Amino acid sequence: MTGTVAAIGAGLAVLGAGLGIGRIGGSAMDAIARQPEASGKIQTAMIIAAALIEGVALFGVVVGFLGL
Amino acid sequence: MVFILLLKKVSIPLRQILKAFFQNEITMRLFNKFNTLVLTVFSVLSINALYAGHDEVDGYVEKDFNIGEMIMHHIKDAHEIHLWGDAHNGTSVYLPIILMDGGLKTFSSSHLYHGELKTAVDHKTHEEIHYVAGVGPADGYAIFHEKIYKLENGELQFEDSHPHNAKPMDFSITKNVFVLFLVSFIVCLLAIGTARYYKKNGAIAPKGVAKFIEPLVIFVRDDVAKANIGEHAYKKYVPYLLTIFFFILVGNLLGLVPMLSANLTGNITITLFLAVCTLLATVLSGNKNYWHHIFATPGVPVPLLIIMIPIEVVGILTKPFALMIRLFANITAGHVIILAFIGIIFINKNAAWGALSVPMALFISVLEILVAFLQAYLFAMLSALFIGAAVEEHHH
Amino acid sequence: MDLITPDLGLLFWTGLVFIALLFILTKFAWKPILNMVNTREQKITEALELAEKTKAEMQLLAAQNEELVKEARKERDAMIKDAKATADKMVDDAKNKAKEEAEKVLESARTSINAEKAAAIAELKAQMAAFSIEIAEKVVRENLSSDEKQKALADKLAGEINLN
Repeated sequence: MTGTVAAIGAGLAVLGAGLGIGRIGGSAMDAIARQPEASGKIQTAMIIAAALIEGVALFGVVVGFLGL
Repeated sequence: MVFILLLKKVSIPLRQILKAFFQNEITMRLFNKFNTLVLTVFSVLSINALYAGHDEVDGYVEKDFNIGEMIMHHIKDAHEIHLWGDAHNGTSVYLPIILMDGGLKTFSSSHLYHGELKTAVDHKTHEEIHYVAGVGPADGYAIFHEKIYKLENGELQFEDSHPHNAKPMDFSITKNVFVLFLVSFIVCLLAIGTARYYKKNGAIAPKGVAKFIEPLVIFVRDDVAKANIGEHAYKKYVPYLLTIFFFILVGNLLGLVPMLSANLTGNITITLFLAVCTLLATVLSGNKNYWHHIFATPGVPVPLLIIMIPIEVVGILTKPFALMIRLFANITAGHVIILAFIGIIFINKNAAWGALSVPMALFISVLEILVAFLQAYLFAMLSALFIGAAVEEHHH
Repeated sequence: MDLITPDLGLLFWTGLVFIALLFILTKFAWKPILNMVNTREQKITEALELAEKTKAEMQLLAAQNEELVKEARKERDAMIKDAKATADKMVDDAKNKAKEEAEKVLESARTSINAEKAAAIAELKAQMAAFSIEIAEKVVRENLSSDEKQKALADKLAGEINLN
């Protein structure tokens, strides 16, 4: 039972992270389209921001592990 | 055919991302070579996973395939390096066990894994649980889910499927400790090799191993240390950041090597230690300005400080805590996903599913190479960022 | 839960290995590598600076060379002009002198000719006078040998005087 609830929780966390990373990716695309010459810097910043959000999502996954 | 297509498709965006990351053609070329190597050997990992469906310590009794158990077994530490074959007829490298239990006791883990099969009844659920008790020099100990317990009256006492016996202090050379040594050895080899190259040839353009290491060293120095700590204080922290970067990078990559299948950087103990190192570096190098911001945040009225100070103090701890969880969860999650994809074959008990699961596992494996670099970079960069905040000069 | 419980034994080994690694690498790898990289960067910067400096120097030298060439050309032109002027002057001088000399020679020639002429004339005159006197003497002697002739002459002379 706890495992199932944890799985749902992890799923929700991933949902939020997916939205967040999606927004970052979209904004980065916009930014690159507007300023193709700055694409290197934008990509780096995008990856860092995505990794930070992913970190938060993984907190959720870790809580999911707690239930295992 | 599908493999090659997938490899090509994955490699191109990966290449671009990594290129943006390291902006260095040499690293990329090496990465490409490495990439192909890892991909070719990855099919071997799948074979390795095939035979691991059964938990060794569950005894000789056939059990239904439990994917959760299989995955947990693989991402956890072990006292052996399981190479191939069925659990008990397979080939393993048995690692030495070192116990502090009224004196130092050392013996091979084979005495624990290949001991006397015993059955215990759970005190609460009244289920029968099989375990193996050690024989020979391992007499009086038993291993259950890779944890060593002292036997009470020659038995393990189970409650809710967990043994309640006392645990001896375990300083064994486990799989992770072994990989830890290996990682240190490889990092030393690479770094000292580079240093020796320069010593021999003077300050000239790099070749060989130096060609691979030097761009990374310069990357860490300029883009990680200098960019985040600042021109005035970064020099002191470059060796620490370099060590942490290479340690995590090599650890992450070794985690992807089949057979070894170590989960070093996906182990909470390792990441805990690294995070504590960063915490200490931050706290010990914090200047007056930093502590002033924590205990008397400028522009905050005094009554609010009652709330602000605990938040700021907790903030000191949450930053390295997030570092610890990020690395642990990223690497562990990668391993879990790969194992889960491979597990599809065993859940369905049909090798045809391999056509789906193996390419998917391959895709994730390639992604994990990117993650290996990314997490090493992120750990070093965020460490630098925290240290940078601690040594920042006052400019209000 | 097992997964996120730190293990004491592993923590011990990690601490030991990581701290050893940090010290060994700092001492034997990172410091030498960073030093070498710094040295090389410095060398490259210096080389670049030197190249820049050399380039500037070369430019300066080229400019100087051009200036020199220009000056030399100017000097040459001036020299040619001078030489021409001198030559012209010399030619003029020579011409003038020659003219003068010629004139002088001419003058002296003229003078001497005049003098000679005068002398010649004078001598001629003298000789003529002498001849005249001789002739006259002879004539007179002849003519006055008779009275009529003396008288005719006297008449003639008297007639001439009247005409004048």
